[in-house]
Order: sequence, then C-alpha cells, then structure tokens
Amino acid sequence: MDDHHGETPSVELRSVTKRFGDFVAVNDLSLELERGEFFTLLGPSGCGKTTTLRMIAGFEQPTEGHIRIEGEEVAGMPPHKRPTNTVFQSYALFPHLSVEANVAFGLKRKKIAKDEIAERVKAELERVGLAAEANRRPSQLSGGMQQRVALARALVNLPKVLLLDEPLGALDLKLRKELQVELKRIQRDVGITFVYVTHDQEEALTMSDRIAVMNRGRVEQIAAPEQVYDRPATTFVAGFIGVSNLMPATVTGGQEVKLDEGTTISTSTDGFSQGDRCHAVVRPEKLRVETDGNGNGSAELPRVEGTVTSSLYLGTATQIAVDLGEGVRMTVLVPNADEAERQRLPGGGARVALSWEPEHMHLVRESPNGAPAGSTDGASAEDQSQKLETSQGG
Amino acid sequence: MSGGGTWRWLREHAVQIVAVLVVLYMLIPIAVIFGFSFNDPAGRYNFTWVGFTLEHWSNAFGIPELNEALVTSLKLAVLATLISTVIGTLMALALVRYDFFGRRAANFLIVIPMATPEVVMGSALLSFFLLIGSFSLGFQTLLIAHVMFCISFVVVVVRSRLIGFDRNLEEAAKDLGANSFETFRLVTLPLIMPGIFGAAMLAFALSIDDFVISNFNSGTTVTFPLYIFGAAQRGIPVEVNVIAMILFFFTCATMGFATWQQRRAEKLTSVRPEQEGGVGAGVPAGAPAAT
Repeated sequence: MDDHHGETPSVELRSVTKRFGDFVAVNDLSLELERGEFFTLLGPSGCGKTTTLRMIAGFEQPTEGHIRIEGEEVAGMPPHKRPTNTVFQSYALFPHLSVEANVAFGLKRKKIAKDEIAERVKAELERVGLAAEANRRPSQLSGGMQQRVALARALVNLPKVLLLDEPLGALDLKLRKELQVELKRIQRDVGITFVYVTHDQEEALTMSDRIAVMNRGRVEQIAAPEQVYDRPATTFVAGFIGVSNLMPATVTGGQEVKLDEGTTISTSTDGFSQGDRCHAVVRPEKLRVETDGNGNGSAELPRVEGTVTSSLYLGTATQIAVDLGEGVRMTVLVPNADEAERQRLPGGGARVALSWEPEHMHLVRESPNGAPAGSTDGASAEDQSQKLETSQGG
Repeated sequence: MSGGGTWRWLREHAVQIVAVLVVLYMLIPIAVIFGFSFNDPAGRYNFTWVGFTLEHWSNAFGIPELNEALVTSLKLAVLATLISTVIGTLMALALVRYDFFGRRAANFLIVIPMATPEVVMGSALLSFFLLIGSFSLGFQTLLIAHVMFCISFVVVVVRSRLIGFDRNLEEAAKDLGANSFETFRLVTLPLIMPGIFGAAMLAFALSIDDFVISNFNSGTTVTFPLYIFGAAQRGIPVEVNVIAMILFFFTCATMGFATWQQRRAEKLTSVRPEQEGGVGAGVPAGAPAAT
C-alpha cells in the first residue's frame, strides 16, 4: 500500500474491467475519489458509467481489478454488506410500504433501536421537505416527491458513498433544475461522497466537483467542470461537452501549430511533440465573425476563412455555421444583445473570417476510443444544435 | 316510441344486449339450482316444482354420507391447494429467475397437464398407481392427483406476476442492507402475494369440483362431486342443491376478495415516474437542422 501518506480515498478503483461475455463494458478503469466529493461519471449510453456504478454498489462484480471503499477491498462483497446506498433511476420505492417505512427500511435491517429509527426518519423526511407525506404510499406522490423519498431512504443510512444513477432523468426540465440545486445543497450539507451517473453534460457541469468523461468503457478525461469544458483532453470530450469546433492541425514547432487549411498559429503545445497530429478547439461563443465590411479585429489574431452555410435564430443567441472546406465546419454563437447588430449578421453564402483570442484555442488529441460524438460532418449538425440549446438553457 | 326509434335503440345497445344474454345463459343453471334448493319435491326426484320450503336450508347437513363426502372434499381441496401453491410458487420463481439446463423444456412441459384431457390423465394415473402398487387407492392417491393438476395452474399464474416484477426493487432492498432471505420476505413475497393468492383460489376451485380424475383414483373414498354423481342414479336430495349454493356463495366471496386484492396491488405498483423525452427535452420545436 502506497497511499498511507495522504488521506485514504473515499472510493478507489484500480484497473477494473467488466466483461459480459465478449462485450467489454468497462475497460481497465482506475479512479480515485476524495471524501465528500461530488463526482460525476458522464458519457453517452453504453459507455460503461452505469456498470461502473453498479460495481461500486455490488450489483455487479468486476471481472478483474480492485474496488476499495475507504481502503477496504469490496470486490466480491454482496451489496447488503457494503457501506454504500443507491438512488435508482426508477427510484425503486417499495410500493407496498408507506413513505416512512420506505425510509426506515435500511435502519431496521441494522437493528437500530425503534426510537432512534423514528427520530432519524423524521429528521430525514424534514430535510427533503416531505414530513407531511410520511404516511402516504409512494404511488400517491408526484415524480419529484418520489425522487426525494428515494434520496431520503438512501441518505438516512449515512452511507460512506451515495450512488446516484441518473436520478433526475425521469423528471421534466423545470423540476430537474430545481432538484439539481437541491441535490447540490444536500450534498454540501451531509458531506458524503456522491457518485453521480448522467448523460446530461449540463447537469454534470452544474453540479460536479470533478467529472470523469467516459467513452466505450474507458475514461477519456477526469477534471473539474471548467477544465473539461475549456481544456478538453480529447476530441471525444470536446465533442461530448458542448459543441465542438475541431480544426485538424499539425504541431510544427515548440509553440506553433499549422491548421490543415493553411494558417499557422502560435499556441501552447504542452504534451505534444513536433509533427504530432491534433485538433485545435475553439468554443462557439469564443469565435468572432468578421465580414469584409467590419474588419475590426486586429491583424495579429488567429483567423480562418469560410462560407456561411446557415444562420439560426435561437432566442438568446444566433447560431451561424461556417464551412471552412475539407469537411471542417465551425459553429459560432453570437449573443443577441443588440437587434441592429443581429440584423447585420451575415446570411447563407457569405464569405466570412473567423477570429479568436489565442488563449481561447486549445489543442486536443484524437480520441483513442473512436470517433468524437459531435464530429464536424454534416450528419451531426442537428445533434450539435440540440447540445448547444441545452448548454444555453442555464 | 315509433318503430324506427326501437330499431335505433337496439342498434345502439347491441353490445349491451348481447352481453346481458350471454350472462343470463351462464347464470340460468345456477339460478335453477338456487331455486330448486327451496323446492319441496313429492318423490325422489327434484326435477319438478312442487312447493316452497326452507326445510332443506335449515337442515342442510342432515344426510351423514353427504356431510362425509363434503368434509373429504374440503380436506382434499385445502391440502392440495396448500401443497400445489407452495411447490408451484417455488417452480415459478425458478423458471423466471434462474437460468438452468432444461429451463425452456420445463417452461413448456408445465402446461401439458392443462392441455391433457382429464379422462386420459385420470386413467393414466390409475394405471400408474396400479403399476407401482405401493399406493392403495383412496385419499392419498386423490391428493397426489389433485396436487399434480393444480401445480400447472399455480405456476402459470405466479409466473405472469413475476415476469412483470421490477428487479430494481430487490436490488434496492439489498442495497439497504437486506440479505437474500429478508429481500424475499420483505419485498418479493408481499408484492407477488396477490398472484399467489389468486393461484391458490384457482387451485382450490379446480380441486373441489374435480370429478373425472377423482373417479379413476378414489378407490372407496367418496368426494362431494362423486357423491352427487352416485346420488343422481337414485334421485338427488335437495340438500345437494343447498350445499352447492353454500359452496357457490363462499367461492364468490373469496373470488371477490381476490379481485379486490389484485386491484389494490395493481394500483399500488403501477404508478411509475412519468417518462420525459431524455436529453433533447429543451430543444425548441421546429428548430431545423443547420445545413
């Protein structure tokens, strides 16, 4: 054991692999979660995030590797012996028991004194604002209330780790936002490690202390939300979080890349060596559109040229798609702050230049696990506008 | 009302009218039995209406052989129900929950006793018992036969209840610290109970009125249906009608209770969080693809 100098991690996965027959659901995964951390596993369906959660809970056993909770090896241990509790996507409330009995279920299994159970259940129901519903059946509650009961039922046991499997997935948008805030508040309150599984990038960005972006059973990046958004590690992460503007490029020198379409830009190339292939990423809201008439950008700014293919009014912003040729397509988001300015935005067919501050550009590697979710081909244009909308919504 | 109006009324209520006729068709025999349980027949045969009397109702259990047959039938039905419900429930659990060699075959074979004609099954069982030789025909062979044909029905009913069962509920129980046995006792069993109860009701009803299979395997033991069949040769006493009606009302009451239980269970378990349209829920309608 080498982790004795630091604090023992709350949850530690070491080279965990899970196979179902020939299918590798989780591939050589290693994670270390700090105590009291809000940690999110983010990825598209089938990326292995739920399987990972189920292995921590004990519903699945890893084919290979170690899982430790506060230093204790739990691989092979059945779920009822683990210091974890789960909030299920379907809530899985016991329909034949009252709200109160649902919440008391775990404490009763631990043979805790009746008075203490009653007290803790009451306190927990008050925390989630359902003290008045104690004697009702789950089926008599709304979806949001059921979700709170599921949360109370898990939290009342004071688990070392709380596992949440897309707990807000079944709720409508407005309620989801409310509960995001509330979940975050409760998490800070109780100080328990939360492992949160979701495919919703906005939810992950809003709530997490750290995010692990998963793709095809592997982790592509583990970082804080700002880091994942501003400094994605791979093309997959860039595409999955927000809208990707990926420009293929080659590292040509110590502090220099050459975009395939011709422009040479000086930038930080840490982690790359000369001759490496990479993609340059600039987020849509960081790009500026310059038409011939208003070349107000200074000449030193990196700049590429292309043709506008579409312009979409999205309410808070206008989304302009620009084709740079060679199948590279960029999305620009211009805030609709000024109506007159909006009227002057270029329409389809116009030749424009796109420029950006050098610090807003970032180099990413080709994802080792296959194509990025939001690649720059035309087929995913709709995808991108959807994602853009979700990221705008907050 | 004019002629056209009558026709229109008939057309509009055709479904109801047919339904009423069908229900009448099914209920008339029972109504006749009920009516004739108040008859005061002149001779041995209770086939023609003579006069009203409450004598047979007030003296329902006045024929010792009939009472004995009824007690035998009830004992047989209760035992057969208990045994077949327990075995059938366990079989259903095995068939739904576990994958083992021969599971598919077992799933198919379990319906065979339901599809086999009773005459065939009764005679086959008789030759089986005679071949083995270690069973004397009587209550024990009746019990074995009844348990055998009841199990199939129990398995089918309980299995359908288990197939719709949300496995997350069991995972939730284990997640909250319940071991396998506690999970079964506290979550699985209460939730499939209406199905088990319905299956038991069905088994009881099948057992108490079985004639064909029982006739082959009863030896000298007389069950209620066998007594009635025997009595029919020399005139059925009115008490048979009375006891038949008592059984009928008893069965109706338990069926009503079972249905009520089932409804309640369904109401409790059917409500699920409403599904919303996943990720793209915030996309404004009609936002075209940017092409």
